[in-house]
Amino acid sequence: MFAALPLLDPFSVFRRYKDMRSLGLLGMNQRNHKYIARYNARSLFPIVDNKLHTKELALEYRLTTPDLLGVIDNQHDASLLDRFICDKEGFCIKPAKGSGGKGILVIKACEQGRYQKTNGDWLELAAVQRHVSNILAGLFSLGGATDVAMIETLLVPSHALAKYSHHGVPDIRVIVFRGIPVMAMMRLACTESHGKANLHQGAIGVGLNIATGRAINAVQRDRCIERHPDTGVLLSELQVPRWHELLRLACSCHEICGLGYLGVDLVIDEREGPALLELNARPGLSIQIANNAGLLPRLRQIEAIKKPELWTVDKKIEFALAHFSR
Amino acid sequence: MNHSKTPFVILIFLLVFAGLALSWHRHITYNVPWLPGEQQQVWSVEARIEFVGENTPAIVSLAVPETQTGFERISEYTASPGYGLEFVERGGVRRAEWSVRLAQGKQVLYYRAEYAAKKMLQVKQASAQIVESKLLRGSGPHITVARTLLESAKKKSADEFTLTRELIREFNNQIEGVFLLEQHASREAWLVALLQQVGVASRRVSVLELEDGRRRSQLLDYLQVFSGDDYVLFDPFTGERNAESPVLMWEYHSQPALDVLGGRNSRLSFSVIEQKMPVGDLVVRQREMQSNLLDFSIHTLPLSEQALFKGILLIPIGVLVVCLLRILIGIRTAGTFMPVLIAISFIQTSLVTGLVGFVLIVGTGLLIRGYLSQLNLLLVARISAVIISVIILIALLAVLSYQLGLSEGLKISFFPMIILSWTIERMSILWEEEGGQEVLAQVGGSLFVAVITYALMMNEYVQHLTFNFLGLQLVIMAIVLILGTYTGYRLFELQRFYAMIKK
Ligand SMILES: Nc1ncnc2c1ncn2[C@@H]1O[C@H](COP(=O)(O)OP(=O)(O)O)[C@@H](O)[C@H]1O
Ligand SMILES: [Mg+2]
Repeated sequence: MFAALPLLDPFSVFRRYKDMRSLGLLGMNQRNHKYIARYNARSLFPIVDNKLHTKELALEYRLTTPDLLGVIDNQHDASLLDRFICDKEGFCIKPAKGSGGKGILVIKACEQGRYQKTNGDWLELAAVQRHVSNILAGLFSLGGATDVAMIETLLVPSHALAKYSHHGVPDIRVIVFRGIPVMAMMRLACTESHGKANLHQGAIGVGLNIATGRAINAVQRDRCIERHPDTGVLLSELQVPRWHELLRLACSCHEICGLGYLGVDLVIDEREGPALLELNARPGLSIQIANNAGLLPRLRQIEAIKKPELWTVDKKIEFALAHFSR
Repeated sequence: MNHSKTPFVILIFLLVFAGLALSWHRHITYNVPWLPGEQQQVWSVEARIEFVGENTPAIVSLAVPETQTGFERISEYTASPGYGLEFVERGGVRRAEWSVRLAQGKQVLYYRAEYAAKKMLQVKQASAQIVESKLLRGSGPHITVARTLLESAKKKSADEFTLTRELIREFNNQIEGVFLLEQHASREAWLVALLQQVGVASRRVSVLELEDGRRRSQLLDYLQVFSGDDYVLFDPFTGERNAESPVLMWEYHSQPALDVLGGRNSRLSFSVIEQKMPVGDLVVRQREMQSNLLDFSIHTLPLSEQALFKGILLIPIGVLVVCLLRILIGIRTAGTFMPVLIAISFIQTSLVTGLVGFVLIVGTGLLIRGYLSQLNLLLVARISAVIISVIILIALLAVLSYQLGLSEGLKISFFPMIILSWTIERMSILWEEEGGQEVLAQVGGSLFVAVITYALMMNEYVQHLTFNFLGLQLVIMAIVLILGTYTGYRLFELQRFYAMIKK
């Protein structure tokens, strides 16, 4: 509360405003007006706002993504849930139109009709069915619209990363502008974020060097931290494996959906390598805090190029390595 | 992909120019001042006559009030297509008389007049005739009751006015006796008869309560009691000499207020609007009555619509506030324009009642919603259940506060219930997902925006400008459009990215 007081002082406001400009920080208004409205055609939004569409598209183009075990689109099928999941080790149920981690249930083990969540709690089948029925009623989707529940295979984080996350699979967010990856961060769940990997819920954001996939800086609730608050692991040593494969996957995501200003959520799976989780047409701004760098200078460099969308993936990645590494 | 900015700039320029030019035109031509102040209070009163024609010629005669103590008539105007209109004398009194060859189906006639409120203005009126009333002739229990009432009132009174007050008091106290009297004639008739009996000149008059924004109101029966050339108006039920809002005598010659020949189901209702006018300008007023293409003011509409527009024209102010606070500051609210709706209901409920009511309803609603979520209902059913609980809640609160003697609480029913229910639903999901802090932030943000909007909408200057200068709406439009292209930081972002700037 008191931290907000300097905002009443016009001089301090002006100084901060100038500092932010010189750092090249992208603000919400500018993002909406200059980037989303200009580079993301409205007609493309449904592809990314519905995870089912995204998944179908990704499977069609053979991008690595967790397999779709089944889709439940009516209350009756919710009672037949066990048919989809009976023989599976682990799985993940999510609302097709959910966002911000809402309504995602990750089951890591099944045993005698009981299901174990990532935090170790056990659920009865009835509880899982109720969750599905809530998804169908639209509890987790924007504006309460009715929704469908997707069941997909469980992703297992690569062992190089597993120790950084406390409950839940860490995911990597890459901002792809006109086909070129510009900034990346890793999101780690922790106790404070209730196993969710969303920054505004208290998860840890680790900025990644776009050239190497190595940690630059880590923040939690907009404050810098050194170690993981639950496990005490030094975050600066974090190195994402198979980084170049991941960049390639991010570039292909732009090609399949066509959105100019795109947020790609990826996971490094132990077996499959980089896998696509979901796409985002309105990626958040806190990636800048995690990277301790503004997006604007990078976006401007790309805006100066004519039709980078037509470049080959190799050329795009080369450009990113040459210009955005730290 | 780059769009040219020129058409946008031209559009903005045109909007601002047209808006200011229209306002300027109104300012110059009609002498409407830019600011309220040193102004004359003017009551616009519109009588609306409705009746059903009987396929015969029809004559409608309406009492029209003249300049009287406290009110000076400055203009009058009628709207009645197809009717001939004449102002005729009947029994030495001027009345408006419409006539038509054939009245068929539903007919609506309007008469509008404007009265400047003038405290110092005194108009003498011929005192009422004293005639012996038939009511007190003969004998019977009711005559005895009436005479006792009069006797006890007389003992406690000193002059005509105190006598009237005491008599009304007696009427209010002796419920059983009065019940008996009212089987023979109305309370007003008895009061007049008794006063006349002891030589106090008095009569029944029909008055109109003047309250800004009133629509569809009816005439009230009052008592006009004379003492020499002076007179005082009494409410026959409270005995008050000065009612809360000022009253205009509409009919005061013991004639019917409305007379319809050749029609049935006739109805007379009134709309009232309070206006401010520059003092030296009342004469020009007449001109404004003629409609004029460039006169883009809502003053050419029927009064009841004007009263409605007075509120509607304030909404863009609220919308502008929301735009400013969201785009420049970054306040989060529950539902984009929900705060404006809340602010509008605050205008009707008054601020404190509104705030308390809102917090009570949303708080209790959240509790109920918490229970409903355990029942595992489908969404539509759940929201319907919340709507019904909100309505029950509002009814309960209204009854409870009325029982406790807080008549303020009754106004709680002005809240937009469906919107409230959606707010509750959304807040409770937010609570489950993001925790109570986010709910507090959004509800607090919404209330903050609503209070600011309310304060602006209630502001005298804002009301004056929006109501009198329709052109300013175009200027507001331009500001909103410009805001839509603002790409700078929001104030709250300065806070959020603070950790980075520090380095
Ligand atoms: N198939 C899966 N296996 C394991 N964890 C998953 C799976 N899908 C999603 N998650 C977890 O849920 C989080 C959010 O998933 P995501 O699909 O990005 O949804 P949202 O749109 O809500 O962010 C991921 O960061 C990850 O931790
Ligand atoms: Mg995500």
